[in-house]
Amino acid sequence: MRKISDNRTDELKQITDKARKLMVEALICAGCGHPGGAFSCIDILVALYFEVMNIDPGNPFRSDRDRFILSKGHSSVALYTALHLAGFIDLKTLLSFRQDNSLLCGHPDASKVPGVEANTGSLGHGLSVGVGLALAGKMNNDSYRVFVLMGDGETQEGSIWEAAMSASHYKLDNLIGIIDRNKIQIDGPTEKIMALEPYKDKWEAFGWKVREINGHNLQEIIMVLKAAPFVKGKPSLAIANTVKGKGISFMENNHEWHGRPLKGEHAEIARRETKSVN
Amino acid sequence: MPKKSLCGEYGRCLVEMGEKYPELVALEADLKESTQSIQFQQAFPQRHIEVGVAEQNMVGIAAGLALGGKLPVTHSFACFTSMRACEHIRTTVAYPRLNVKFVATHAGISAGSAGTTHHAIEDIAIMRSIPNMTVLAPGDAREIRQSIEAALNHQGPVYIRLATGDVEDVYGDSENFSIGRATELRKGSDVTIITTGTMMHAGVMAADKLKKDYGIEARVLQMASIKPIDRQAIIKAALDTGYIITIEEHNVLGGLGGAVSEIVAETGKAKVRRIGIKDRFSGTGSAAWIRQEEGLTIDEIINQTRAFLGKDEK
Repeated sequence: MRKISDNRTDELKQITDKARKLMVEALICAGCGHPGGAFSCIDILVALYFEVMNIDPGNPFRSDRDRFILSKGHSSVALYTALHLAGFIDLKTLLSFRQDNSLLCGHPDASKVPGVEANTGSLGHGLSVGVGLALAGKMNNDSYRVFVLMGDGETQEGSIWEAAMSASHYKLDNLIGIIDRNKIQIDGPTEKIMALEPYKDKWEAFGWKVREINGHNLQEIIMVLKAAPFVKGKPSLAIANTVKGKGISFMENNHEWHGRPLKGEHAEIARRETKSVN
Repeated sequence: MPKKSLCGEYGRCLVEMGEKYPELVALEADLKESTQSIQFQQAFPQRHIEVGVAEQNMVGIAAGLALGGKLPVTHSFACFTSMRACEHIRTTVAYPRLNVKFVATHAGISAGSAGTTHHAIEDIAIMRSIPNMTVLAPGDAREIRQSIEAALNHQGPVYIRLATGDVEDVYGDSENFSIGRATELRKGSDVTIITTGTMMHAGVMAADKLKKDYGIEARVLQMASIKPIDRQAIIKAALDTGYIITIEEHNVLGGLGGAVSEIVAETGKAKVRRIGIKDRFSGTGSAAWIRQEEGLTIDEIINQTRAFLGKDEK
């Protein structure tokens, strides 16, 4: 796989900076929402929407498009921001996030937002939907791939493992799972709340081909996800090691910022830390 | 009249539908002989997806298949479909109104001595409270056939409640099922018996006997479409007869009796008596024995009707 150019990497870095700035604004406007996990996964979303996936914002329902499911639906502000920057929704809509009569619910509703493929937010559902979409793709001989982004805490749900088992049973190499492994869930560190490790071994035991990546290194995210399927005949999983709240000093690695309103002094600090971009 | 296996009839019907609807895909959670989705698997092995013992995943996969343009039909017992996978049905399928059909067999207490773990006396109440959901409970071979095809032609989620066991035909050539409509099986103006699912047979038999032995003319409405429910037919029954008896193999709370009562209460034009499972888990025994215990028999419907109309021998 050819590396992407330094120029392009710089461009993408600027997009992620802009995305963080917009997320701060959307969260402040909303007065609520889930900041921590959105900042940990935004680099992955920018990589997907700007380099990895075959999508067409002008024709969001094109049948051969790659499908993306945000199984960790609480990180919706990151998805909406990526959709805005990619051209699916306008700025006014983005800044209406979670407000009265907005199209942008705290957890996404596909019927209201072009580019959103599934209604998610109840954890543990998205991977099964991805399995169904991937199966339909195989049955119809469609070329699309299905990307499902899960939270690490989310994979404590049993239904994730039902889905994981079925994906390898049906040899769904058109299905790519990504874990936002920020190691923090609402109540604290994943390993303290309900240990996930040895995490890679678990997924491999369920029949997935697993690669670990730095979820904030655009070059690495893109190289690895573009290489999927990692092997023919198996579903692929990228465990993206990330930092919860990445880019906002007081949020980083702090579980209290999973779902805390961004306001007052914190809002000012977050604005200052993301203001350098246009 | 010879009895027919409802699941067997359903299985045959699904094969016919498979020929007619090429996008139809059947999903199964390790109960293919019980639900009879095995017939579809034999006819269309590539379109039968076995998910193993994983009902939540089955519902999620069905959602994905619907998003991918397929017409998925899930199979499991009513208890597991409506309760184990409930939140997946509600959030992942009903909320975005995906085109998934849930065939839920062994409903009510029809699984008999298997016991409460395998009964579903709550499923109508659960499913009809979910927005966007259509809830059907057909009660004989012909009604199953018609309701399955209606469900497949309906855009959106449909929960189809089937009993296991053998039942006699009730529908003749003149009866037809459609979503949102009650089927009038007997005309009458003294009382209205409203049934759902397989209870329609007992309802009709009771009405015939009430007429013959006691001169009571009971209207019988089969309400296989529980949601949407035929509001007009219920209001008309209230106005015409003043007495309504509901009969269902379901808890008396929240099911057919609940749905009918909600409408009648708004009109205030009739009294309602609900016959069903008396808000309790059953003891161990055959389905026939449990029905006896719960008063879901022809004789008990007659007794209840006469008492309700004040015509029992006191």
